[in-house]
Amino acid sequence: MSEQDIAIDVRNAVKRFGAVTALAGVSLTIRDNEFFTLLGPSGCGKTTLLRLIAGFEEITEGEILLYGEDIGTLPPNRRPINTVFQHYALFPHMTVAENVAFGMRRLGWSKADIEDQTGRILDLVKLGDLAARRPAQLSGGQQQRVALARAMAPRPKVLLLDEPLSALDLKLRQAMRIELKQIQEETGITFVFVTHDQEEALTMSDRIAVMSAGEIRQVGTPHEIYEAPNDRFVADFIGETNVLDVTVQRGPDGAWHSRLPNGAVFPCEAAGTPPQDGAAAHVLIRPERLSLVPEAESNSGLTGVVDQIVYLGTDIQYGVRLDEGPDVLVRAQNVGSDTTSFRNGDRVGLAIAPGGARLLVD
Amino acid sequence: MRQRINIKRYPGFLPVTILCLVVLYAPLLVVMVYSFNDSLSITRWGGFSFRWYMEIFTGPESAKFKDAAWNSLTIALSAAVASTIIATAAAVAMVRGGAFKGKALNLALISMPIMVPEIVTAVATLVFFSAIGFTLGYLSILVAHIVFCIPFAYLPIAARLQGIDGSYEEAAQDLYASRFQAFLRVLMPLMAPGILAGFLLAFIISLDDFIITNFIKGAGIETLPTAIFGAVKQGIKPDIMALSTIMLSVSILIVTLSYFISRYGRPGTKAEA
Repeated sequence: MSEQDIAIDVRNAVKRFGAVTALAGVSLTIRDNEFFTLLGPSGCGKTTLLRLIAGFEEITEGEILLYGEDIGTLPPNRRPINTVFQHYALFPHMTVAENVAFGMRRLGWSKADIEDQTGRILDLVKLGDLAARRPAQLSGGQQQRVALARAMAPRPKVLLLDEPLSALDLKLRQAMRIELKQIQEETGITFVFVTHDQEEALTMSDRIAVMSAGEIRQVGTPHEIYEAPNDRFVADFIGETNVLDVTVQRGPDGAWHSRLPNGAVFPCEAAGTPPQDGAAAHVLIRPERLSLVPEAESNSGLTGVVDQIVYLGTDIQYGVRLDEGPDVLVRAQNVGSDTTSFRNGDRVGLAIAPGGARLLVD
Repeated sequence: MRQRINIKRYPGFLPVTILCLVVLYAPLLVVMVYSFNDSLSITRWGGFSFRWYMEIFTGPESAKFKDAAWNSLTIALSAAVASTIIATAAAVAMVRGGAFKGKALNLALISMPIMVPEIVTAVATLVFFSAIGFTLGYLSILVAHIVFCIPFAYLPIAARLQGIDGSYEEAAQDLYASRFQAFLRVLMPLMAPGILAGFLLAFIISLDDFIITNFIKGAGIETLPTAIFGAVKQGIKPDIMALSTIMLSVSILIVTLSYFISRYGRPGTKAEA
């Protein structure tokens, strides 16, 4: 890739606060025009990484390149990068229009250009008629749009978003996800989005970096992250996962299989380096890739007793206590017919959907 | 939720309250009432009159009071401006400067003039000025006032600044403002009520200071408090009560103003509606 294809290149970034290591050597490339998400639990270092890119924190070791130029030591006002803050940080003593114009004024844009761009950007976020209001007179959702408009107005090369939707209620959050993605596609600005909400990450991102304890565990498209997690942490963090202890077995056709302690064998996919035949391993199965069948029809050799049924509206989630092994979750779509459903205490078999089991060696 | 204790139901609440109020405010009330007394006596009521107020402005001692009032006003104004600027800088350093070495010591030093008995400060300042050969007069009063006004200006300013979320300055710098522009265009306007409250408090503290001023003023210059003290030494005349009442009114007005200004538009810790 040429320099123009890589918006941000983080090279071995380390950030220490006193004795605490917030980032332990992170390397990452964010492509031009990409909606990139940093995803992880609180304290994983995602916000620290964002603040390093913005320039609010000094990098301890490593480099940050913006389109090939080292910006790691520049103060925030010298970086063509803008931020949408978690609590918006709108200037309360200025009107919406003055807030939006703030960055352009500092950059010395002409008065006509500023007016032009302010109008255009407020229309983009559908706030054209509220330009004269003060932030305190706006709803949370409107404030969020002003924060977005203010950060986009000076045409930054990269826009950073620090959990901008976390203060909104669920309905508004879901609507804003779609709108944010649309705005990113329309403007072509590279977005770096920080969130701890895996659903948010999956719906909006082109690519996701899953972080934990100051390190990046996996970078990939939402599909890759969900379908092919690199390790147990990623699998657990993105959606729910059942983990079973198995022994690796190579099938006669060369395909990978898992052998359960009870001797049953089922096919599975292998991640990363192919495991040794006969090695101890884990197999990861998403709840929606499992289905309940009468005990005799199980294609996996997994059998057990239903001991919990949770009604989720669109889905029904069953907790099954396996005869050998841990409890597993099974999720079935709620299709409304009582004939297929199971009751507490029923003996059942588990069927694994093709490609639904994923082998992982620790 | 636990029921709130109604303090009024405690035995003896009413008499104690009344006693405190009387001890605190009865003397002030007497001075105010008798400043309108149309009599030379300070104990016998001789009818209502503005006579003593006229006396201050037109009587034989009016020139002395006018000079003293002018000195007091200009010193209070200059001292308040200077100490507010210093206190603002100190507040930004203390509240926004992160953890630096000797921070607790710094805070102790800033607030020292409030803790140290004023008479000690007065003697120390006098000794210091004499030692360095600083001529006692208008300037020595001003310098001393600037110094002891700083903590009074500092407290409301620092309190206000503590309530302002750091993300405002970050947002300003993120939007291409230099540190100074971020301070001038974002932090200062948000701090303004605290700065004004601090200024008014410093002004009033300077205006009514007596002990330090009396020690270091030197000969031939008076402020209002020292002029009043000088006049009272020759016996309390009702015009002093009138003058005191005017000063009391100004003080109450400014302190009330300062209180309401410091409360005005207090921002939350987050930028929320």
